[in-house]
This record gives sequence, structure tokens and C-alpha cells, in this order.
Amino acid sequence: MMQVNTVMNIWIVLPILIPLLTAVGAVLAWNWRRVQRVLSVIGSAALLGAGLKLLLTVWTDGILALQIGSWPAPFGITLAADLFSAIMVVLAGLLAVTVTLYSLASMDMERESFGYYPILHILLMGVCGAFLSGDIFNLYVWFEVLLIASFVLLTLGGERAQLEGAIKYVTLNLMASALFLAGVGVLYGIAGTLNMADLAVQLAKMEHPEIVTAVSMLFLIAFGIKAAVFPLFFWLPASYHTPPVAVSAIFSGLLTKVGVYALFRVFTLLFVHNIRYTHTMILIIAGFTMVTGVLGAVAQTEFRRLLSFHIVSQIGYLLMGLGLYHPAAMAAAVFFMVHVVLAKSTLFLVSGVVHWLQGTYDLKKLGGLYASAPGLALLFLIPALSLAGIPPLPGFFAKLALVGAGLQLGQYVISAVALAVSILTLFSMIKIWNEAFWKPQPLAATCASAQPVLLIIPIVLLALVILGIGFFAGPLFTLAARAAEQLSDPAGYIQAVLGGA
Amino acid sequence: MVSLILSTAVRYIFPLQLLFSIFLLLRGHNEPGGGFVGGLVVAAAFSLVALANNVWTAQRTMGVNPRVLIGVGLLAAAVSGLQALIAGQPFMTAAWIARDIPVLGKVGTPLLFDFGVYLVVIGVTLTIIFTLMEE
Repeated sequence: MMQVNTVMNIWIVLPILIPLLTAVGAVLAWNWRRVQRVLSVIGSAALLGAGLKLLLTVWTDGILALQIGSWPAPFGITLAADLFSAIMVVLAGLLAVTVTLYSLASMDMERESFGYYPILHILLMGVCGAFLSGDIFNLYVWFEVLLIASFVLLTLGGERAQLEGAIKYVTLNLMASALFLAGVGVLYGIAGTLNMADLAVQLAKMEHPEIVTAVSMLFLIAFGIKAAVFPLFFWLPASYHTPPVAVSAIFSGLLTKVGVYALFRVFTLLFVHNIRYTHTMILIIAGFTMVTGVLGAVAQTEFRRLLSFHIVSQIGYLLMGLGLYHPAAMAAAVFFMVHVVLAKSTLFLVSGVVHWLQGTYDLKKLGGLYASAPGLALLFLIPALSLAGIPPLPGFFAKLALVGAGLQLGQYVISAVALAVSILTLFSMIKIWNEAFWKPQPLAATCASAQPVLLIIPIVLLALVILGIGFFAGPLFTLAARAAEQLSDPAGYIQAVLGGA
Repeated sequence: MVSLILSTAVRYIFPLQLLFSIFLLLRGHNEPGGGFVGGLVVAAAFSLVALANNVWTAQRTMGVNPRVLIGVGLLAAAVSGLQALIAGQPFMTAAWIARDIPVLGKVGTPLLFDFGVYLVVIGVTLTIIFTLMEE
């Protein structure tokens, strides 16, 4: 078994190794910004390539597992990749490429010379590590890696608003980490193992499942803070609009999604003995998250703050899929994840171009962009309408599948909430459209006329992917359905990690 | 303010600290020690120079920018794992030289990894300390 897997196993390490080596190269080329930029682009492209290859390998050969350093499973460090992990790694690669390209044009010299690129790749390493970790303690370690990198990215530049946002972000996330670590400690105390596959086996045999339920709540709170769910989300809209747009985009696309990924992992693999309690709880949280997020968004008049509240709202949809705990619902959630990561990052990148053109994020002061930049208006509409769920964009199919699953399972309340929130999402997207694009510009303020090509290329790229997913939703749905199948039947994952045992 | 007593003492303590750090690094595989503490001892040595004289002396004594050490150290650690990939084994599987080498003892990729940790710790600690002292 070991022998067969070794060749393929390279693909599971590469998504962690490539960002690390890129970061190393960028650190060594500290004083040569041009070299750093080139390395960064190459590293991101390689990460995307490795992610795609990993996805392909998992698709054909099933779940992959790798025992780091050849130490056998429950004792050593395990990396494991199922389809869901592989999809997430591909998304991370795609965002890495687009955000790096965008950074080339938009990042100021000061941030670049203080290590923007190395830190960006360390962040990517942490994100990919978290997606691939098969061990709950290592999941914690990867979370720390990506958090520390994100602290630096958030504060790099040291603007007043950045520091204010960072204080809330750092405090809340450190608390979440402490809770997470406490949960890991208790889990180790009751089960005597940290390998997630082994934990799944041990927890199923537990005599007192109430204790496990209690621990699961610790994890729900810890990951809940990181995923920004109701009522623990307020750090997100307070901080995401403060750093440069490229950083906002990668944060919005990846960081909270790592929290959601972790919730999916532990609540499909480990804590599935009392679904009636835990998953109902998740469903309730999902509902509140959707509603509060979108209501917050409706009230905002700052472009990026509005988008930040939307992130929260969309997290609710993802959790709804998990809370319903049914293969169809989870497939919809995986599909939704792909769509929301792409749409959200695109919108943030668009907000950056808007800022480039008119020098503000304030919707009241913006205007007339439809006349002055019709192409950009189109690029805004694609992700915005997709997020609101207008066919034939992927958001429509994602919501259709999610609500369909909800109705099928008899969860009428949450399905109704999802539909209502969808309308409010459309409303707030139209608000941006009206304010920034449609109405005439209130003050003919300073405005750059030309848009740098490098700012537009990544947006076009993402918009094309979104359109592609919309028009060819079938294959991605098949993929999502298989990913959900693997999630809802942990036996395959356990088998892949622990072997025949 | 430069203290004559401290700066004279440092002249003797400094080489001892460096030697001790190498001792810790090499002994670390199976006994207390290792790259992390070894690196801290080196960082302590250079901080002592910086305290006794000034930051610039410490930086000049060091000869390289600590930031470079972070990069080289990370690279060494990554390469120690890559060797296994090339040999067709799972990432980070240890490879040892069969015969013991005098003074160093057992030599293999874990030593390279530890050396990487050693450099990273020196680099990170001194980057922080030098930056703070410069201000």
C-alpha cells in the first residue's frame, strides 16, 4: 500500500511545499522586488497546477493519505486529501494566481519591500496545510500559521484604520485559537489520539457520548469564530475593509472558508453521534448568520464593508448545507463554496478598481461608472448577480440545490429564510449598482481614466470561471456530489488513512 | 552607555556561547537540546554583544543580515524533507549515513532539518531584537 501510494503522494505534499519554497525564495530575494514578483507569480501558478493535479488524482484514485516521515498512522503526522480538500486547494491556487497578478499592479512599494510576497505565500501554505491535514492538532498548527501570516498582512503598512481593525481581528481569533486548543486537549484526554480518522473510530466507541457532544460545542464555537458565524462574526466587517484590496480579496475568499472547511471536517467525520442536537444547532446558527449578515449589508454605504457583511451572510448558506446533513445538501454546499469563493473575491477586486477610478469606497460619493467604465460594470454584474442567485449564473444552481434539499428534508423554515435572504442579497447588490454605477457622479472628483491591464486581467479571469461554471454546471455538480458522498460516509476516509486496520 | 566590565566579559563569553550552541544542536537528536535552543543561545550571544557595545557592532560581528538566515534555514529544512521525495519515500522520511562520523555522531536528514531550525530561530530572534534596538 505504501509503495503504491508514494508516487501519487507527491501531489499531496506539493500544495504545502510550493508556497513554502516560494516564500523562501522571496525572503532570500528581499532586496530585489522584481525577483520577488516574478517568483510570486511562478509560485502561485505552480500551486494552481499542483492543486488541479491533486484534484485529478483524488478523482481517479480515491482519497489519498500520506504518513509524513513514514511514521505509521495514529502516531505520526498524516496528510489526507479527499475531493472536498482537493477542491479547496484548487480554489486556493486560483485565488493565489489572481490575487498575485492583482498585487503586481496595486501593491505599493512600501508593502512590497516589507515582505508582502513572502507573507502572502506563507498564508497560502497555512491555508493549504489546513485543507490537507489529517490530524486535528496539525489542523490547529496550520490555523496558527495562516493566522499569524494574516495578522501581518492585515497590519502591513500600519495605517490607523488597519491597526484598529487588526486589534479586533487578532483578539477574537486568538480567543478562538485558545478554545480550539482546549477542545483538542479535551479530545485527546477522552480518546487518546489526535489523528482524525483514528478519532472517528475511537469516538464512535465512546461510552459517554454526552462528553463528546460537549467537546463538539467547543469546536463549534472555535471554528464558528473563525468562520464568522452568528453571533461571533463582528470582527469580520470591522477588519476586512481596512487592508489593501488584494489582501481583502484573499481574506474574503479563503480565511473564513478555512473555518467552514474545518466545521465540515469535524462535523462529518468526528461529531456525528448526536446529529439531532449538534446539526440542528448548526442549522439554527446558519439561519441567523444569513439573516444578520444580509441585514448588516443592506445598512452599509461603504463598498467593502457591505461586501464584508455579505461574506457573513454567505457563510450561513454553507452551514445550512452542513446542518441539513444530507448528501444532496452537502453537495449543494460544496458547489456553493466554489461559487462564493470566486464571486466574493471578484467583487472585492472590482471594488479595488472602483477605488482606483474614483478614489473612494463610499457609495454616496461614487457614481457614473456605467457610463465611464461599462466593461467594469459588466464585470461587477457577473459575480453580483451570481451571488444574488440569478440564472444562469452558478449562484442560482447552488441556491436551487440547497433550497431543494431543504424542502425535500422537510426543513421549511430554513429554506424560506434562505430564499428571503436571497432577495435581500439581490437588493443590496442593486444598491451598489445604483449608487456606484448608475447614478451620475455627485462630485466630478479626481478620477483616473485608464485602468491598468493587470488590475483587470484577474477579474476577467475569475468572471470567466464563474460564467464557465454557470454554463457547465453539470460536471461541477457531479464533482460536488462525489465530494459530498465522501463526506457523508467517513468509512472511506478512515480506510485511506488507517489502512486496513 | 557602554560598560567596560560587560564588554570585556562578553569577549570571553561570546565564543563559549557559540560553542555551546553547536554542542546543543548536535546533541539534540536523542537528548535535551536541538536546533531551537541552540539557535536561542546564538541569539543570546549576539544580543549580549549588542547590549555590551551597540547594535551596529553586533550586526557587523554577525556579517550577514539575520533575514537571510531565515530564508536559508527554511530552505535547509525543506530540502531535508525533499530528499525523501526524490528517493520515492513519503515526504520527510529520514535518511541516515550508515557509519557514525567522528564528533558529529549519527548524521542524516534530521540533522539538516535541525540545522534549518537553528538558523531560522537565530534569524527570527535577531531580526526582532535588532529592529527593536535600532529604534
